[in-house]
Amino acid sequence: MSGSYIPLLILFGVSLVNALGMVVVSHILSPRRPTPQKSMAYESGMIPLGDTRLRFSVKFYMVAISFIVFDLETIFLIPWAVEMRELGWSAFVAVSIFVAVLAFGLVYEWKKGGLEWD
Amino acid sequence: MELDFSNQAHFIVALAPEIILSVWGIAILLIGVSRPDGPRTSSDLGWLSVLGILVAALANGWLYSVTEVGTDSMIALDRFALFSNWILLSGAALAVLISLSYVQRQGLQAAEFYALLIYSTVGLMIMAAARDLIVIFLGLEIMSIAVYVLAAINRRDPRSAEAGLKYFLLGAFSTGFFLYGIALLYGATGSTHISAIADSIASGNAHGALLVFGIALLTVGFAFKVSAVPFHMWTPDVYEGAPTPVTAYMSVAVKAGAFLAFLRVFAVAFEGAYESWWAILWWLSVLTMVVANFIATVQVSIKRMLAYSGIAHAGYLMVAIVAANETASAGLLFYLLTYTLMNIGAFAIVILVSGQGEDRLQIEEYAGFGWSQPLLGVVFTVLLLSLAGFPGTGGFMAKVFLLQGAMEANLVYLSVVLVLTTVASYWYYLRVAWYMWMRDAPPDVAGEPIQVPFAMRLALITSVVLIVYLGIFPGATLELARSSVSGLSAVGPGLIGLGP
Repeated sequence: MSGSYIPLLILFGVSLVNALGMVVVSHILSPRRPTPQKSMAYESGMIPLGDTRLRFSVKFYMVAISFIVFDLETIFLIPWAVEMRELGWSAFVAVSIFVAVLAFGLVYEWKKGGLEWD
Repeated sequence: MELDFSNQAHFIVALAPEIILSVWGIAILLIGVSRPDGPRTSSDLGWLSVLGILVAALANGWLYSVTEVGTDSMIALDRFALFSNWILLSGAALAVLISLSYVQRQGLQAAEFYALLIYSTVGLMIMAAARDLIVIFLGLEIMSIAVYVLAAINRRDPRSAEAGLKYFLLGAFSTGFFLYGIALLYGATGSTHISAIADSIASGNAHGALLVFGIALLTVGFAFKVSAVPFHMWTPDVYEGAPTPVTAYMSVAVKAGAFLAFLRVFAVAFEGAYESWWAILWWLSVLTMVVANFIATVQVSIKRMLAYSGIAHAGYLMVAIVAANETASAGLLFYLLTYTLMNIGAFAIVILVSGQGEDRLQIEEYAGFGWSQPLLGVVFTVLLLSLAGFPGTGGFMAKVFLLQGAMEANLVYLSVVLVLTTVASYWYYLRVAWYMWMRDAPPDVAGEPIQVPFAMRLALITSVVLIVYLGIFPGATLELARSSVSGLSAVGPGLIGLGP
């Protein structure tokens, strides 16, 4: 049974050697002549404006969290929508409960001020 | 009423307490945001949570009239699950009662606090009733995520934030072990359902090495959650930093839920592989009892002392899992109930004494407490004696039942260690009592009486009365525990031949 996995193992080995090889060989063979311009951080060709380690406002985090909730909602809703007729009413009720719980979460977030930018 | 799950409504009936609590938690959150913040709202939400837990308890009592057909459902509706719910719901209700004044005093966000407490209780109830490792994992996560936030809910206090982060990192790490264990067990037996795993092991189809690895990883996962030595490192820090009512809740309900799932998995699924796991748990149990009791003797902070005492109790409880017979399992249920009552009571006193800034947490600060507050002093002494296992209290009877189970399984050395470490534990419990009654209070703090709010009084009276009752008349409760575990490991006829 495990014999059928050998091609997979070979593929894994080849890709590992390939990936490591590219990094290691270019590290060994490449010429290195650093200039101040070359060792500058790359910002699409512009001259960098400062440190990349900025402090972000926590508001961005709130938006990201809200996004994840609705993202997951989509992940569950689309497979259900595809198979809706086969799954029948019990699945419809289950999905409705799921959406309702998320809706209560949204109401909570809204009331709590999680959607206000200022 | 019989449930055969032919009708969708049967699922709702079987999960009534969990569903009631979940809906209640959402309602509390929504009520909390639609009313202005303030002490009034805070206490209203607290009482509302107590009401919700009582309604769930009523539903739980009603479920005794319901029987399920077969044992192949993912969440069990057996007597064991119902008894577990009693333990977890009483732990949650008492935790809310002792939180009421604390949440007001520290200005915590009441709606979030109570809602998270209720959600974590739901997770624990699912864990204790689960018959499928994936469902146990689901319950574990519902509980853990809520408790991570609860530990850090006093976010202005760096100690609380540190406790939350520490618990989160180590909890997530141990969850990884647990999940990997489930994966290996699935590989070894072809199922995540504990009856199917038991069948597979009994028929000899299970893959030996994978099975042992899977059991070992699950042991690590559970040992983290019940804080057994050497997986206990997070416990004192987290218990010390978390808000005191949360510590109380974690030390009783979270531990109880983990132990109940631990027992069900090891007594049912791994019954046939007893030879391969009992020695590991034997050593874990001995290590936990010895190390925790020794470290507890040198603690100066009462919260740390109670944390190590909690670890030591985990050691005693693991004896029941090693014994793996019905007497020991009934003893474990009885012990968890008693432990819930007495530990919550002890933490209630800690909340009362610690005061606004939570700065009075040293054991020395209990000097003269007994004489300045005689009633509270007597209550605390009873609770400490029960934690130590003094005759006449529930803690003593609980240890007796554990010992009975251990002796029935011929675990002589383990029983000896249990008795000796219990005797050693008298030192640190009675040291607090000694400070309370035998030392004079320092002159600057004497004379300021502690106000005991109504909810706190209710919790303290409940726990002390029940502990004395369980110590003197343990018969009825033990009988209930015994009937709850009988037939726990029975494998239903529907599953025979379902193995790989």
